Amino acid sequence: MRDYLQKYGAGYVFLTPWAIGFLGLALGPILASLYLSFTQYDIINAPEWVGLENYEYMFSFDTRFYKSLQVTFAFVFLSVPAKLIFALGVAMVLDKGIRAIGIYRALFYLPSILGGSIAVAILWRQLFNQDGVVNAALGLFGIEGPYWLSDPRYSLYTLVVLAVWQFGSPMLIFLAGLRAIPQDLYEAAEIDAASKPRQFFAITLPLLAPVIFFNLVLQMIEAFKTFTGAFVISGGTGAPLDSLLFFTVYLYNEAFSFFRMGYASALAWVLLIIIAIFTAIAFYSSRYWVHYENERG
Amino acid sequence: MAGVTLNKVVKDYGKLEVIHGIDLEVHSGEFLVLVGPSGCGKSTLLRMIAGLEEISDGTIAIGDRIVNDLPAARRNLSMVFQSYALYPHMSVRKNLAFGLSNLKMPKDEIERRVSEAARVLQINELMDRKPRQLSGGQKQRVAIGRAIVREPELFLFDEPLSNLDAELRVQMRVELAGLYNRLGTTMIYVTHDQVEAMTMATRIVVLSKGYIEQVGTPHELYTRPQNTFVATFIGSPKMNMIEAVVRGGTVSVPDFGDIALGGGAPDGKITVGVRPEQFEIGSSGPITTQSEVTLVEYLGSEMYVHTRLPSGRIVMVKDAGKAEHKIGDKLPLSLIPEHAHYFDADNRRLPIFDA
Ligand SMILES: Nc1ncnc2c1ncn2[C@@H]1O[C@H](COP(=O)(O)OP(=O)(O)OP(=O)(O)O)[C@@H](O)[C@H]1O
Ligand SMILES: [Mg+2]
Repeated sequence: MRDYLQKYGAGYVFLTPWAIGFLGLALGPILASLYLSFTQYDIINAPEWVGLENYEYMFSFDTRFYKSLQVTFAFVFLSVPAKLIFALGVAMVLDKGIRAIGIYRALFYLPSILGGSIAVAILWRQLFNQDGVVNAALGLFGIEGPYWLSDPRYSLYTLVVLAVWQFGSPMLIFLAGLRAIPQDLYEAAEIDAASKPRQFFAITLPLLAPVIFFNLVLQMIEAFKTFTGAFVISGGTGAPLDSLLFFTVYLYNEAFSFFRMGYASALAWVLLIIIAIFTAIAFYSSRYWVHYENERG
Repeated sequence: MAGVTLNKVVKDYGKLEVIHGIDLEVHSGEFLVLVGPSGCGKSTLLRMIAGLEEISDGTIAIGDRIVNDLPAARRNLSMVFQSYALYPHMSVRKNLAFGLSNLKMPKDEIERRVSEAARVLQINELMDRKPRQLSGGQKQRVAIGRAIVREPELFLFDEPLSNLDAELRVQMRVELAGLYNRLGTTMIYVTHDQVEAMTMATRIVVLSKGYIEQVGTPHELYTRPQNTFVATFIGSPKMNMIEAVVRGGTVSVPDFGDIALGGGAPDGKITVGVRPEQFEIGSSGPITTQSEVTLVEYLGSEMYVHTRLPSGRIVMVKDAGKAEHKIGDKLPLSLIPEHAHYFDADNRRLPIFDA
């Protein structure tokens, strides 16, 4: 035991800040929220155990819960593929063109750093306002732009565009993946009479599959958790007509507008389980479409 | 089958010119080897013929069609890469069939050619494996298989054996030579290994720094190297090069003595080249010297003796394997003037005793 401590003691000391952070700021609240999801709790009075009541209500009577699920799923299914395709496109252009120039890559990454912030969400609101820059630009071509943000038919798309605009991090990962594909495979394919689209579908995509998978899982989780943009642009309520009622926005309202902490906790756990299910589906399906270079068998 | 004609071919990368106007005629059906030290432009030249590298100036014709602007796919050639460049996510069978299916060939014809190649290269039992499950030699076979199913007019090889171990390299060399004998298709083969060049080529092109130093059969290159570069590059171990001075038609070879060159050489500096097997052991030759053995490399059937001449210069001498030499032994050497090579101050061959 003494030997062990002597050998590894320092390691554990270095580990403590993380351990305190994890236990105090992550694991603690997670377990607390699990407990709270079985209670009624308004922050002022002590939590009151209600068993499965929160969950029963959610699935049986709560139409806004279903609405928020619908909005969130629509957002995930639109924004994730759009963002990945856009990121891959930009990565391919960068891979071919301005190779060594780091500043460009930093520039492309900038939206991803800014994109999640409140300031940019506000900026986005300005851009897509009915008299904002986007409609002014459309006006130049004689097109009268719709009310992007206040028309429930369009509001979600502005958020999809905001999400796509934050393509930087999947793009960088794609770029690294593209770089890892040996150039001579393309030369061999060139001699093998493969057209450029054929090279893309027969070589680039399959060899990029592990990276696509990685980005897919990451972006999917990200998309399910989207909050800031939706919150700011919908004025914190999910308006217009609940068309921006993201799951997270609904959860936030339940918790901090109506102080239904127990119910909000139950919502959070449902989101966690949904994300877990989709991640599991992605992992399961990857067996059929992801080829790993160094795997045996 | 097709020949290839290079006419004043130039390649530059921006300001840097790496191929300086090469003229070369590759005969239909020959096995031409491009050889030269690293960085001399062998791959670049081959890749220009393949259509993987743009031609900066001059023309390249395959058969009688100029192909400068023809994409690689339409030049009707196959290429084997040093790295094999097998598609890692496709089975061996798919690797072989990929090019043919791109050419929209009927399925049964693809099937026929793929299984024929598999039979010829003895890779039948590997057909459903992925490249990562193959050894280096097996990958090489698959790469060659991918080249032959195309049934092209021209095969290009870029150092295809350099990733194999020595034994396998020798074996694959024999197989490639056999393949060439059977197919009879024009082949252009890049290597920096002069043994590979000598053993496989019908003709060799020696390149250096983007210029052609000499083109000829292995025999011509070995017996009549046109300059000191070719003389030292072709042949292993290297030719011994002895600097000497000509005065009045006579060259004084240090350590050995005078050779009358009969007016074939102007006065001035000259280099006398003697291959290790061209020295004679003993003092019966026209000019002789004494030497002292410093190192013996015994190879079984033969041995290479490093020996120090009185001036301190060390030369290499070949002797039969059954000879006995030890470090420190005295070794008398003779130089036969007719067997030596002579190069002028510009390193060009002087045609002395060449007749
Ligand atoms: N893309 C490039 N940009 C600039 N210079 C290049 C490029 N490709 C090759 N070169 C230069 O061209 C010259 C010839 O290169 P090449 O690859 O043809 O040599 P090689 O004879 O095949 O050498 P090795 O035996 O090492 O393969 C080299 O000096 C190399 O540095
Ligand atoms: Mg090369």
